[in-house]
Amino acid sequence: MALVRRAGIGRYYDVNGWLFVAPALGLIALFMIYPIAWSLWMSFQSGRGMTMKFAGFANIVRLWNDPVFIKALTNTMTYFVVQVPIMILLALILASLLNNPRLVGRGLFRTAIFLPCVSSLVAYSVLFKGMFATDGIVNSTLQAIGLVASPIPWLTHPFWAKVLVILAITWRWTGYNMIFYLAALQNIDKSIYEVARIDGVPAWARFTHLTIPLLKPVILFTTIISTIGTLQLFDEVYNLTEGKGGPSNATLTLSLYIYNLTFRFMPNLGYAATVSYVIVVLVALLAFVQFFAARERDR
Amino acid sequence: MNGIGRFAASAATYGFLGLMAFLSIFPFIWMVLGATNSSIDIIKGKLLPGAAFATNVGNFFTLVNVPLVFWNSAKIAILATVLTLAVSSLAGYGFEMFRSRGRERVYRAMLLTLMIPFAALMIPLFVIMGKAGLINTHIAVVLPSIGSAFVIFYFRQSTKAFPSELRDAAKVDGLKEWQIFLFIYVPVMRSTYAAAFVIVFMTAWNNYLWPLIVLQTNETKTITLVISSLASAYYPDYGVVMVGTILATLPTLAVFFFMQRQFVQGMLGSVK
Repeated sequence: MALVRRAGIGRYYDVNGWLFVAPALGLIALFMIYPIAWSLWMSFQSGRGMTMKFAGFANIVRLWNDPVFIKALTNTMTYFVVQVPIMILLALILASLLNNPRLVGRGLFRTAIFLPCVSSLVAYSVLFKGMFATDGIVNSTLQAIGLVASPIPWLTHPFWAKVLVILAITWRWTGYNMIFYLAALQNIDKSIYEVARIDGVPAWARFTHLTIPLLKPVILFTTIISTIGTLQLFDEVYNLTEGKGGPSNATLTLSLYIYNLTFRFMPNLGYAATVSYVIVVLVALLAFVQFFAARERDR
Repeated sequence: MNGIGRFAASAATYGFLGLMAFLSIFPFIWMVLGATNSSIDIIKGKLLPGAAFATNVGNFFTLVNVPLVFWNSAKIAILATVLTLAVSSLAGYGFEMFRSRGRERVYRAMLLTLMIPFAALMIPLFVIMGKAGLINTHIAVVLPSIGSAFVIFYFRQSTKAFPSELRDAAKVDGLKEWQIFLFIYVPVMRSTYAAAFVIVFMTAWNNYLWPLIVLQTNETKTITLVISSLASAYYPDYGVVMVGTILATLPTLAVFFFMQRQFVQGMLGSVK
């Protein structure tokens, strides 16, 4: 019966279906597919401004000899390797604590920890820049409670500037990831935890042996989202360092370097496009690795 | 576990959560306090309300054409939201309702575009907009975001819950496909639209990199761009900057508190 119906008006269905998706697909083709293909083409070209000529692999060779690019790549990877695991773990711990129905003030804690997601990337970067000024509130608090003897040069020391960027992103995105875990935990049968508790499984073991394996698909999803986000990091660094990625390129990211190559220095679109493809390749590679890693452990 | 151990554990839990909640909220408190203090006091880390609020607000309104900047931000955010919801919900509905093998392939390919980093698009997009003569216009800011793979995905997922009996009944009544979409689907799915609205609006309101590239004169700039340039001045007036960040955060904060349920639902849309 169903088959007959389908055969009868199948074509009619089809035309309508394509009509519904056509505007979106057209826009995606024009503003995603076409530019990404063009950008690949550009990456094999070289020249100033709009006068470009074919340059083969010259841009790729140039990458290896460009200390600023190497710096931007190292910084971006540092943010990724250090920040993403810290944030995911913190979000998981917070979610499993807040999943306890007997916790008093659960909603309040949840709202508070989620609140940073509401702030715009620019606004919070600007706030952090003020809070972490040399004589600012963070340093004076740290000194008052005796954690540090002299103010930490958050914005002027290469190491601390990176720490500040990592702290800032963690502040902004932990609650976001936590919400995903909380929602996933809500779907897990509570009795599994009850049984484990009655059997005397300690809280930490319940976390590592129950929560993490059960949440694996969501963890994979949030890890890939965070990877894409971190590899594209721009707004925060731009606004914490007046667009320079300083001190002396210590916080420079790939996106910021592309921006500088295109809009700040003498524009070299071909080379900038090559750098942008490094991000494309990294995102694809890391998403693949993460996906594969999550799959392997299933067996 | 004995009583003391349990007490210690729950004290540690509350202590940890309390600290995290405090750290999460503190920058907001600091922002509000900052708006009442002078720039020097803010940088010195003063934690009490000051008397400079009126001065800061006054300075902000002298430095910035507030109504214009707000209008620019609102125009971009509303235009982007309405167009994205219209185009992308249409596509999400289309992908779910009219399945065929070809369309599934296209859908999967489309989802791959979620992985394309914006940094790889911005140079060609800038050149395209330049050729179209759209640099420094708001339409150039909005155009690239309308066909959103994420929103299409969200609508397709939500459409799975749309009762197909409604569609069959409407068809019996002689409604055309577009009428079914407009008069049956849209009203039935209004909570999905609300959740998507929140997410798209917030993203558009807070968008930074692309507007930074495209909008080049003060007449077209958004609140986000204005705060950024105020704060990157050689000697930024932090009191003024704080007033700006409050004004930029208020709309999104309001959306969050009034539509918290849809907000969370929208964020989670992708993992259902």
